[in-house]
Amino acid sequence: MNAGTPVLDITDFSVVYRTPGGDVRAVSQVNLALHKGEVVGLAGESGSGKSTLAYAVCRLLRAPALITGGSVLYQGRRVGGPTDVLQLRNHELQQLRWREIAIVFQSAMNALNPVLNVRDQIVDAIHAHLRMPRADELEKAATLIDLVGIPRSRLRSYPHELSGGMRQRVMIAMALAADPEIVIMDEPTTALDVVVQRDILAQVVELKETLGFSILFITHDLSLLLELADRIAVMYAGRLMEFGTAAELHREPAHPYSRGLLNSFPSLHGPRRDLAGIPGSPPDLRHPPEGCPFVPRCTYSTDACRTVDMHLERVASSADPEHVTACPFVLPETPAPAQARTEQELQA
Amino acid sequence: MTAAPPIIAEPPALPAPGVKVQRLGQWSRLPLKAKSGAILLGVFVLAGIIGPEVSPYNPSYQNPAPGLALNPPDAAHLLGTTQSGQDVLSQLLVGIRMTLELAVIVGVVATVLAVIVGVTAAVLGGFWDELLSLASNVFLVIPSLPLLILLLGYLPQKGQAATILVLSVLGWPWGARVIRAQTMAIRGRDFVAAARESGESTWRILAVEIVPNEISLIAANFVNTVLYAIGASVALAFIGLADLSSWSLGTMLYWAQSQQALQLGAWWWFIPPGLAVALMGTALVLLNTGIDELGNPRLRDASHAARIGGHRQRPADPTPVLHAAPASRGQRTRLGSFVHSFSRSSLLDEGGQQ
Amino acid sequence: MKFILRRLAFYAVAAWVALTLNFFIPRAMPGNAVQAIMAKFPNLQPSAYRALEAMLGVGHPGSLWHQYVSYLDDVFHLNFGTDVIEYPAQVSTLLAQTIPWTLTLVGTATVIAFFIGTGLGIVAGWRHGGWLDRGLPGLMFLQAMPYFFLALILIELLAVRAHIFPIGQGYAGGLVPGWHAAFIGSAIYHALLPALTIVITSVAGWMLQMRNVMITTIGEDYVIAAQAKGLRSRRVVFTYAARNALLPQLQGFGMALGFVVSGALVMEIVFSYPGIGLLLLNAVTSDDYPLMQAIFLVITFAVLIANLIVDLALVAFDPRVRAREAA
Repeated sequence: MNAGTPVLDITDFSVVYRTPGGDVRAVSQVNLALHKGEVVGLAGESGSGKSTLAYAVCRLLRAPALITGGSVLYQGRRVGGPTDVLQLRNHELQQLRWREIAIVFQSAMNALNPVLNVRDQIVDAIHAHLRMPRADELEKAATLIDLVGIPRSRLRSYPHELSGGMRQRVMIAMALAADPEIVIMDEPTTALDVVVQRDILAQVVELKETLGFSILFITHDLSLLLELADRIAVMYAGRLMEFGTAAELHREPAHPYSRGLLNSFPSLHGPRRDLAGIPGSPPDLRHPPEGCPFVPRCTYSTDACRTVDMHLERVASSADPEHVTACPFVLPETPAPAQARTEQELQA
Repeated sequence: MTAAPPIIAEPPALPAPGVKVQRLGQWSRLPLKAKSGAILLGVFVLAGIIGPEVSPYNPSYQNPAPGLALNPPDAAHLLGTTQSGQDVLSQLLVGIRMTLELAVIVGVVATVLAVIVGVTAAVLGGFWDELLSLASNVFLVIPSLPLLILLLGYLPQKGQAATILVLSVLGWPWGARVIRAQTMAIRGRDFVAAARESGESTWRILAVEIVPNEISLIAANFVNTVLYAIGASVALAFIGLADLSSWSLGTMLYWAQSQQALQLGAWWWFIPPGLAVALMGTALVLLNTGIDELGNPRLRDASHAARIGGHRQRPADPTPVLHAAPASRGQRTRLGSFVHSFSRSSLLDEGGQQ
Repeated sequence: MKFILRRLAFYAVAAWVALTLNFFIPRAMPGNAVQAIMAKFPNLQPSAYRALEAMLGVGHPGSLWHQYVSYLDDVFHLNFGTDVIEYPAQVSTLLAQTIPWTLTLVGTATVIAFFIGTGLGIVAGWRHGGWLDRGLPGLMFLQAMPYFFLALILIELLAVRAHIFPIGQGYAGGLVPGWHAAFIGSAIYHALLPALTIVITSVAGWMLQMRNVMITTIGEDYVIAAQAKGLRSRRVVFTYAARNALLPQLQGFGMALGFVVSGALVMEIVFSYPGIGLLLLNAVTSDDYPLMQAIFLVITFAVLIANLIVDLALVAFDPRVRAREAA
């Protein structure tokens, strides 16, 4: 699993949106590592910064975004040594993008050019990075379409002529066009129905096994990650809360937020129980609170929580040696509080 | 006649539900364009209001003193005189008032018509919508100036009132279209459905929920119509379709043209009225663009955000990075050193401000 | 064919409305106004007088419906009647002499301005915040200026003072119109300044519009995706951004055509250019109603046809529309 140097090593990464009303701290000091052939899931609710993180890695965020700190070291097999994406110039970025790190966007309808047919868009991706004669490019595009299970006759179609599921598959085929090392998937199946979702994800896993790329899978659906991912990172209010293998996270979540998330969806097995959500809403990232941002919604919070420095600590009791959590007080064995604190108490 | 009107390619972004009325109270928060436009327009409005009261001469007074015809500007006549010894400045002041008056009235009438037609079409839907939309589109595609000429040409009097009537009759289709589109979009929004569920009557919903959300659109439409009215009335007067004994900016230009002011070198006769029209038009366009930016934050944010982390940022540039040295994890990468040694690239120049 | 057919039907309706307005406006005049008009032409031949009466709907020319039908019949045969001022010249003859001039000048200049403006708009949108944006207030000023005013200024500066261009007219006096080099050369030379005026004033409008559409389009997901694909900037700008931004831009072009043509006509007057504009001025000053009405119809139909051409271009550029076509 953790074979040597990570393919993508994100360290101390921070991103803000510089608005007239102040800086919105979308991502704060996140550490994340992705190894070859691994699937890392990035989970969090809307506004947690997971998409911001993913796009910032390739420096695709538009104004007023600003990367304020950290490094993103990429070390794929084609590159000689570690490359800090944050220091690349324009044309170097163009070479890195897609060839090394590809992205599958959330809404395929919006991410596909409405006036170009599917074949041309895939060929664009091939042509930008691989030197081959036109005929070979066309053949490769056709092969990619085969890979994702779409009939070749659809190559000449325009995006609006395809169904949602097909469009998403096209996005995946396009992402693989230049044989990337890493594929970042931003909620690729959120807009699709469950059956199609299943299909596509199965296909993705199969392709990963065959072609050997790593996946950074972003979603709000933690249950999906428990099945799909090798390791899961949980984000909240722009910060990393917990990072560990899916098995360990499921078995014994260390962070209160992860616990809350896991309790938020029903399991097919086990006794019936009341569904618990997490009351409250995420903080205003323009004025992030001191200490841990989860305090207002956390059932375990104490006064000491407002002075933690949010660095990641090893979870001693975990089978995963790299399982880390941002909460120094709550351990997997810490029991849930006797009575759930009411919302009013939490606000105090 | 002015060139193509500033056509908003898409309706401005809808404000979030709850923000019912644009708060224009914050003067300093308005974009520069809107402010400069407003100030420039204010100058002309002021000139229009008090100008004719303080004008030095009666604009129609033909001073028969010899040597005073077609005089360049001097102390007695700040903008010179016409062929028949009339004072250009006085005519200009009266002209500004007449033109602004006409344009504002047309603006109000046409905008009201546009709102009525647009909202009705959107709310009634079905056959009425089809009919009203067809009417709007037909009158939009038929070129307005020739039709105006025809209408005004056949009217017995071609004065201010006639011109106002004719311009208003043709001035509403564009606004009606845009307002209809916006109203239909708002109609589908959740907060309208919520209001309907709670039993509010259609009229109340219209007045309280829908129309206030369209204020910036209606304002933009008003400004556009005023712009159109100025241009059209000046053009009509220029070809002689106006009350030629009155002093509007257009008739001034008509007389200047017919008396060969250009050939006789009397630039002070045709430049001031034309310049006045151009400046008023510019003020309105600036105002409109400002309102546009207010409604579509992307147009504005880009200029505000154009300097991020100290550097000019084009919309499609890669996300800028704000630190001089790479993060503390080991030394600079090989590639990074290579890049850094070659260029004091903009990305790396920032003094660390975290 | 559905899209094109629907557009054709729409233009047919618009044409019919124009024709009907043309028919009814003179007849909607109050009685004494009609007398006033007739009284302006005391020296007309009886047949011309009768033609004028028929047009104004006075006397006993038959039922309204009957008149309408014969009017439509006349129009379809391009019979616009006899001109009252230059009697016995046919209106259609007068029009035929002037239309080519206007068509060449205005048509060419507008298309050139559209291309230049759109191109500049693409650059201005892509480099939003750059130096092109600083010229915006100046461009807005140009756009707000009436065509004919700029014409006056340009004539003053470039023709009267600097003698670079001729002061007016369509060709040098003394030349006989015809298809020979001297005449064509002179015609082109005389068309330069009017064309320049049209281009300068309208470029600003096209550029501003394209810039705004580009800025919105650049924010779309598929442009970000194109950049994520590591495509070269040129490809992203043109095939992903501009190609999509062109669609609303073309629609705007169609909608603005009426204004552009109107403005150009008035501008022709300043140049004494032998096009429809000058004809229009004469018609207005001498109350030549048959001519005014004919000009209205001609201009309207020209604009409708131009709009149809723009619609065809849209079909060519937008596969979503083409798909509806094929369906």
